[in-house]
Amino acid sequence: MSLAGFEIDVQRSGSTGLETEEMTLNMGPQHPSTHGVLRFVVKADGEVMREAVPDVGYLHRSIEKISEKVGYHGFMPYTDRVDYVAAMFCNQGWAMVCEKLAGIEVPRRGEYCRVIAAELNRIASHLLFGATMILDIGAATPFVHAFRERERINDLLEQLCGARLTYNYMRIGGVAWDLPPGFADKTREFLDTFEPALDEFNDLITNNTIYVERLASIAPITAERAVSYNLVGPNLRASGMRYDVRRDAPYSVYPELEFDVPVGSGEVGTVGDCFDRYIVRIREMQESCRILRQCLDRIPEGPVIAKVPRKFRPPAGDAAVRVESARGDMHWYCVSDGTEFPYRTHIRTGSFGAMSIVNEASRGLMIADLVALIASLDVVAPEVDR
Amino acid sequence: MQEFLDSLIAQGYFGSLPHTLVYAAGMLVFGLVVVFGFVLIVAGLTTWVERRVWARLQGRVGPNRVGPQGLLQWLADGVKCIMKEDVVPAAADARLFKLAPYVVVVGFLLAFVVVPFGSRPIIADLNVGILYLTAVTSLVVVGILIAGWASNNKWSMIGGIRAAAQIVSYEIPTSLSIMPIVLLTGTLSMQGIIAQQGWAPQDWFIFHNPFTFVAFFILYTSALAEGNRTPFDLPEAESELVAGFVTEYTGVRYLMFFLVEWGNLYVIGAIVTTLFLGGWQIPPITDNAVLRILLEFLTFFVKAYFWALVAMWVRGTLPRVRVDQLMAICWKYLTPIAFVNLLGTAVWITVWPQGNQVARYLMTLLGLALIVLFFRRVRFHLQRARIRERGQLSLNPLV
Repeated sequence: MSLAGFEIDVQRSGSTGLETEEMTLNMGPQHPSTHGVLRFVVKADGEVMREAVPDVGYLHRSIEKISEKVGYHGFMPYTDRVDYVAAMFCNQGWAMVCEKLAGIEVPRRGEYCRVIAAELNRIASHLLFGATMILDIGAATPFVHAFRERERINDLLEQLCGARLTYNYMRIGGVAWDLPPGFADKTREFLDTFEPALDEFNDLITNNTIYVERLASIAPITAERAVSYNLVGPNLRASGMRYDVRRDAPYSVYPELEFDVPVGSGEVGTVGDCFDRYIVRIREMQESCRILRQCLDRIPEGPVIAKVPRKFRPPAGDAAVRVESARGDMHWYCVSDGTEFPYRTHIRTGSFGAMSIVNEASRGLMIADLVALIASLDVVAPEVDR
Repeated sequence: MQEFLDSLIAQGYFGSLPHTLVYAAGMLVFGLVVVFGFVLIVAGLTTWVERRVWARLQGRVGPNRVGPQGLLQWLADGVKCIMKEDVVPAAADARLFKLAPYVVVVGFLLAFVVVPFGSRPIIADLNVGILYLTAVTSLVVVGILIAGWASNNKWSMIGGIRAAAQIVSYEIPTSLSIMPIVLLTGTLSMQGIIAQQGWAPQDWFIFHNPFTFVAFFILYTSALAEGNRTPFDLPEAESELVAGFVTEYTGVRYLMFFLVEWGNLYVIGAIVTTLFLGGWQIPPITDNAVLRILLEFLTFFVKAYFWALVAMWVRGTLPRVRVDQLMAICWKYLTPIAFVNLLGTAVWITVWPQGNQVARYLMTLLGLALIVLFFRRVRFHLQRARIRERGQLSLNPLV
């Protein structure tokens, strides 16, 4: 079948005696549950899916190419647009790859500021995931509850860097601004109310029978399939693989922090089903709260940014770093030719791999389950295409 | 209604006009009064009520700009929808596409012929009342199926077919839950059914015996499914089918579908109130005929609208079931239980033809216990929320 066309491929099944026609459906790029502009060409036999071919590229903005024209410092705001739901991680990835190229040491306070900002952003991103996933399952109330909490994180991050979505907070060598006065207390206050709010959220929806029934044993992905399709982050951990870049290839100050890596255990169905992908993220939010409390207690005094020349010319060579983004293992690779502009930048994101498994994982599901599967993979459209 | 016209004819108001003509004209006038004076206003206000209730469930404010507390929001929305361009997709079957909303609205409005407003006001107290009601409400599914097919949109078609499968399936538990009441009363007439109940809860059919108690909940659940309400709103499941069978509709035709959806909430409430909750029965407190009619109307309306509010609350709470789960709920659980109810009621009235007073009081106590448990639960959650919000919890419904 071709992606662009809509020829209906008629298949006759002779064995059952019932003749059914497969229907080709165009899901997206404008569809309420393809978050952003994703497109799936769906072949369905009534309600049952036969195929869901992802068609990516609707949000391709050549972000990697832009870096070759705007220089190292100038590229930072563009990284916000790679994954606008979790922009801090993209900021951090770019800053880290540049620091590795030039061999810059980030001050300790700067590292702590980064981790605080990133973990707040992780909670915000997972809240958005939970909210939209539940909305896709058909309940609207938890959506608003999750967004209420997310707003408070947005307020905190706004105090930190002046922006609520595209933060542009980190710089090569550190962060742009120190924590504002009272930020630690406000964050602690937020955490004190967020943890009970998360319990309330679980009461409201996570333990709801209809919700569990909708997700249990739907589209289970085994650990081997997850690895071979390059699933990363929470999607991989939901399949039972205990792998987290923060723990297994530590960067920044994560080695000093105590946190668990929650994995899916198939508590309501099969390991790696939609519910596992959901619950892993809920538990990660709790872990992020732990990390945040430790960071706020331990943050040292000192400068937040190293001395970095305004005309940043890293020596020729290449560097690659990995960041545990809200959507998993995010690779940043940069080649420098010794000039003010990167020679080549490449970003490898989690959503791209997640898109590729949709076709295989969705076979034999219902259309409603496809929606749950896409939502549970937490695909963010600009991160797929960049 | 007929008695009223008969008395007018007897007083010589219509001269030598044939009686049939007078009846027809009277029916038309009363029908129009009901449609414009009651149905449209109730359906319209329900949109506002639902949005406000929903908003309060979600910690939002909801529409509060048009009129006091946003009370006239539905008028503004209606006017907006009427002003919108009426788009008929080029590839749609134009005639059927235009016809579908009317079929749906007609099926919905016909139900009001037998919905009582009090002991006297009813458009026509048909002797096949409740059977007629189940028959005409099924007309809605024809309209939805036409809408889904004529839109020439695959999402619409899936929505239409889902609606057909869902409504036709849930007709069965609905009808089977109505049957116990018909067995008890020996009549299909709405007024006849209400007349055999009393104003006190123990005289309501819901507490008549354990089987009717269960039948009430089955009827309400399957009525929600027939009205395409969450958690059974699959035909217009926004996240899956864009908007289901209404995807291609705009303006006033779109409005018609939603008029039906919101109006149906009241019809659902009216059906369960008539069958199970004593209808318009009030205690004998006044001899003033006008006051009595008013009180009866209010009693019926409050009871019926309460169940509309419950439907809104359910919508704000539950996620949507999947299509196979929907069918499993209907065929594996509701239909067999409804059959058992029917047989159980039949046995019950064979054993106690006049009903069992002890069982009635016991069932009423059970109902009370459930309500008490419910309020304890609400109190528990309110207290917990108070602790979390540090006493900042706002319970004022008017924001």
